[in-house]
Amino acid sequence: MDVGLQHYLILAAILFTIGVFGIFLNRKNVIIILMSVELMLLAVNINFVAFSYFLQDITGQIFSIMILTVAAAEAAVGLAIVVVYYRNRGSIAVEDINMMKG
Amino acid sequence: MLWASIFFYIFAFVLITSAFMVISARNPVHAVLFLILAFFNAGGLFLLLGAEFLALMLIIVYVGAVAVLFLFVVMMLDVDFAELRAGFTKYMPVGAFIGILLVVELALIITQWRFNPPSTNVQSAQSASDITNTEAIGRVLYTDYVYAFEIAGLILLVAMIGAIVLTLRQKEGVKRQDVAAQVARRPEDGVEICQVEPGSGL
Repeated sequence: MDVGLQHYLILAAILFTIGVFGIFLNRKNVIIILMSVELMLLAVNINFVAFSYFLQDITGQIFSIMILTVAAAEAAVGLAIVVVYYRNRGSIAVEDINMMKG
Repeated sequence: MLWASIFFYIFAFVLITSAFMVISARNPVHAVLFLILAFFNAGGLFLLLGAEFLALMLIIVYVGAVAVLFLFVVMMLDVDFAELRAGFTKYMPVGAFIGILLVVELALIITQWRFNPPSTNVQSAQSASDITNTEAIGRVLYTDYVYAFEIAGLILLVAMIGAIVLTLRQKEGVKRQDVAAQVARRPEDGVEICQVEPGSGL
């Protein structure tokens, strides 16, 4: 029953998979996709902190702070893009995002 | 140790359940609230791992800023979310297939993998036991990783400016203060002197 590193790694793997699954499941809703990305970043954070604890090395927590920063920036810019897109097109469905004809 | 194990399983179970509810909730507001619950439980796991600073940071940054931002956007946009859920069952099989494949692969890697014993000796910053977690992070963050720290600040600055520039707009028909026009205004433009004949009006 003792909780080891593998428990945390498997938990993070499940969480990451749920994030990937969420992207597939909500292919049309860009807000839920952004939330799934946040879940995946959280899984990576758990990995970093678990290794930091079990290797007794504080560096993992430093990198976790960096991921936190990037996740916050990504959410802010992503949601700003969603708001601007909604203002222009009146919809946030992913398949409508084709103005650039890429 | 028993209590630590029990708390690990509680936090892990609630974390996985709420993460699953995030991606499957019918109402996006509920999805955001489940996201907040997931972050709280991840914070609990961080506390179990002795990362108190990061646990509170996670709750402050994610729950206080990111999740509330999501909540604002979900409530601000008047979108028919039921329409966006169309095709939910269509994408389910391929998504479940890839998800199961991914989790099986990751589990195989994790269960078969061992530490290479010499690798545990290459610690770059051993966490000392006589100081608090916050102090240990501070000692490393402002010395060895000061450039990464400053780049993180730069990323936040760019994200802030980007979000403001993206969402700023000049709305037609709304009066705004134009400082340049105010400063450039002269008495000749603002006042007109008329010689009015008595009794005739303008």
